[in-house]
Amino acid sequence: MNYFPDEVLEHVFDFITSHKDRNSVSLVCKSWYKIERYSRQRVFIGNCYSISPERLIARFPGLKSLTLKGKPHFADFNLVPHDWGGFVYPWIEALAKSRIGLEELRLKRMVVSDESLELLSKSFVNFKSLVLVSCEGFTTDGLAAIAANCRFLRELDLQENEVDDHRGHWLSCFPESCTSLISLNFACLRGEVNLGALERLVSRSPNLKSLRLNRAVPLDTLQKLLMRAPQLVDLGIGSYVHDPFSEAYNKLKIAIQRCKSIRSLSGFLEVAPHCMSAIYPICGNLTFLNLSYAPGLHGNKLMKLIQHCRKLQRLWILDCIGDKGLGVVALTCKELQELRVFPSDPFEAGNAAVTEEGLVLVSAGCPKLNSLLYFCQQMTNAALITVAKNCPNFIRFRLCILDPIKPDPVTNQPLDEGFGAIVQSCKGLKRLSLSGLLTDQVFLYIGMYAEQLEMLSIAFAADSDKGMLYVLNGCKKLRKLEIRDCPFGDAALLEDVGKYETMRSLWMSSCEVTLGGCKAVAEKMPSLNVEIIDESEQMEFNLDDKQKVDKMYLYRTLVGHRKDAPEYVWIL
Amino acid sequence: MESGCSKNVESCPKLLDLIPQEREWHLKREERRDGSSEEKKLELRLGPPGESNWSNKNNTERDESLLSLGYFSSMKSNGKQTHKFPCPEDHPVGSVLSTPWAKNHHQQQTMPPFLQFPSTTAPPQTLPVIAKESSQPCCNKAVDLQEAERKAFKPPANTAVPLNGSQKRTAPGPVVGWPPIRSIRKNLANSSSSKLASESPTHKAANEKPAAEPNGKGLFVKINMDGVPIGRKVDLKAYDSYEKLSTAVDELFRGLLAAQRDSSAGGIVNKQEEEKAITGVLDGSGEYTLVYEDNEGDSMLVGDVPWHMFVSTVKRLRALKSSELSALSRECRFYY
Repeated sequence: MNYFPDEVLEHVFDFITSHKDRNSVSLVCKSWYKIERYSRQRVFIGNCYSISPERLIARFPGLKSLTLKGKPHFADFNLVPHDWGGFVYPWIEALAKSRIGLEELRLKRMVVSDESLELLSKSFVNFKSLVLVSCEGFTTDGLAAIAANCRFLRELDLQENEVDDHRGHWLSCFPESCTSLISLNFACLRGEVNLGALERLVSRSPNLKSLRLNRAVPLDTLQKLLMRAPQLVDLGIGSYVHDPFSEAYNKLKIAIQRCKSIRSLSGFLEVAPHCMSAIYPICGNLTFLNLSYAPGLHGNKLMKLIQHCRKLQRLWILDCIGDKGLGVVALTCKELQELRVFPSDPFEAGNAAVTEEGLVLVSAGCPKLNSLLYFCQQMTNAALITVAKNCPNFIRFRLCILDPIKPDPVTNQPLDEGFGAIVQSCKGLKRLSLSGLLTDQVFLYIGMYAEQLEMLSIAFAADSDKGMLYVLNGCKKLRKLEIRDCPFGDAALLEDVGKYETMRSLWMSSCEVTLGGCKAVAEKMPSLNVEIIDESEQMEFNLDDKQKVDKMYLYRTLVGHRKDAPEYVWIL
Repeated sequence: MESGCSKNVESCPKLLDLIPQEREWHLKREERRDGSSEEKKLELRLGPPGESNWSNKNNTERDESLLSLGYFSSMKSNGKQTHKFPCPEDHPVGSVLSTPWAKNHHQQQTMPPFLQFPSTTAPPQTLPVIAKESSQPCCNKAVDLQEAERKAFKPPANTAVPLNGSQKRTAPGPVVGWPPIRSIRKNLANSSSSKLASESPTHKAANEKPAAEPNGKGLFVKINMDGVPIGRKVDLKAYDSYEKLSTAVDELFRGLLAAQRDSSAGGIVNKQEEEKAITGVLDGSGEYTLVYEDNEGDSMLVGDVPWHMFVSTVKRLRALKSSELSALSRECRFYY
């Protein structure tokens, strides 16, 4: 039944922006499907191998913004070999050949070559926004192409990519006519940049709101840039090393004070801690502060800085802040929603300066806390129970104890009860990462309580297949499950293979699943790609089904086996 | 600040008693319970729950979905389980739950005392790490196993030191991909050029912690040589010293290099002659120098660290033209 003309429905659909909702809308009936697909402008593809560019283009001819994710999450931690896949070129090529007027491309964990960037820059007249997160495969030459050819570029945002920096003059490649930049982030680049070109670029970009510099940008340039762009909302400082008695420092103080709009501050890739007082004037307005790349900042200087940041909503910090520093956060940052504490010295166990105490303090002082990433020395059940009580609103809870099988040091028990309390209390929990000594029990709790859980990361946990079964049976909304070094075998894997079609992907490495088990999954579920990743080449010579598989990655797909897998990936 | 427990005042467990005095958990006053009333709630209850701290709404569901048993046991007595009960796990788990485990339990009337109780001051060698505190609430284990597994069981009175099942996991040494942080973050302490070095304990080890190899069978890494488009793979486990590796490099590339030179020179060549040995790759004296990429993504000169350490961190090898190395190292100063 469709009593409204299409245009009316289209107008209504305009208000529906979330991907999930739009997907639901398209399932209502054929005519809604049709209207929805023609009016859809933004598409999110969580696994680039689940669909092909051709089918995407066929369905959404009005596409303007595409988000693609490639490699599995554990690729961030070197568990996935370099050339496993996730190449963006075929997508850009297909889009370029079509009549799609692409304006925005957002990629995560994909391999992006210079040729892709060049093709991208030349194929879409209205291209406006390029966001690359954790990508690799390109050099500054590719960036130069983007700068030179995208006449209406508004956003170039490079986050934590591996870029081969040729120290070419990519910044100079922005033509004089380019005045549309709103956001420029090149903090992850390691090489020098042409400072003069940078200054000129900022000068002619009146709409620039977000600027994140790399380490090669010295303080006096920073000061000049701030003078030219006092309207900045988001600033990433490159190098912050200077002499507090210098003229440059005085000028910087003046420049910073003019920047009354800054709400987000990051960087400090090189920092001299005794000069932080220049920043104080803007601290009171900050909602996001990222000091996680600044190990030089700790102790009293850090605490003093934090004390100025009363409006902070998101804080990313290194563990050298210590439990005491977290206490200061708890007292000061009452609006805090997200906290990430990274390890400053990940391999020297024993030096990590935060324990369960810091977390409890923050949970007590910051009632709005809903997102956590916490690397710590140790954790206790009692602390987790307290945190669960203090903060029942967690959406993301990721705990990483540096010794991955460490029990509660006070009671010597596994952390099952503590995590159990978290899932029981935090009814909206969508993402959970576990660590510490854990038995099957914690998975029982997760299966029972974590009804909204979408992503679960498990390492060095559980005692038997039951752990995995509890999760697969219980967590109805599970989309991504990644497991390493757990004793889960074929019994767990094969119990309910239909479940995997309801999920985006499953990763299992160093578990007990065998080649035979994986083959069975592949056979029963043709809609899944079951990939075995084995670099040691034993798969070539030894095809025994009882052989344990080192790394398995399976995901649902509409387009069958991918053709670009390297030789050490077997798709069953 | 509201905490979930504030609504459930009557049934909050007394966490504080189990926490050593010297720590301050910022818990609310209401949460300090009078021991005896708490204990009552945790007392022996066999049979369907009917008491006030069970949610009323869920009676029907509860009947079908859970079983709860509670009992007092004096946890002090012995750590070892005196009876073996069928458990979800066949090993002792010291969890204490008195919650109604109905999934749709909207109101948390009982805060599951995911508590263990065994306190804090346990001498490590004895098993029951249990408290001198006599008013220990104890293990009420009410567990809802999956529908298929509905059986009553009592958990053992106490848990011994963890847990047989988990002992097969030995504490890992340096492990690939752990802790789960990106490579960019691994070297922070070292690469920061601030005055950090003097203020913190030695960070040198951070750089040198090797990543353990995932398996003990051959360690094949790629090796490329400048100017030769085809790479080789070399099994580092087959060698035990840099000299042997150096010889291997010579063997692998001598022919390829000669072929490359021939083809670039054009003209007809006799492949047999003029195959020059590739030497001096370790000390900079030869035409090529060996470098490698380590597990943190950094380019390193081969030969600095002991062989076994090299093997555990190397990811790939390259033989670069020695003449280009000095150009590279000049550029490298901009990196850190």
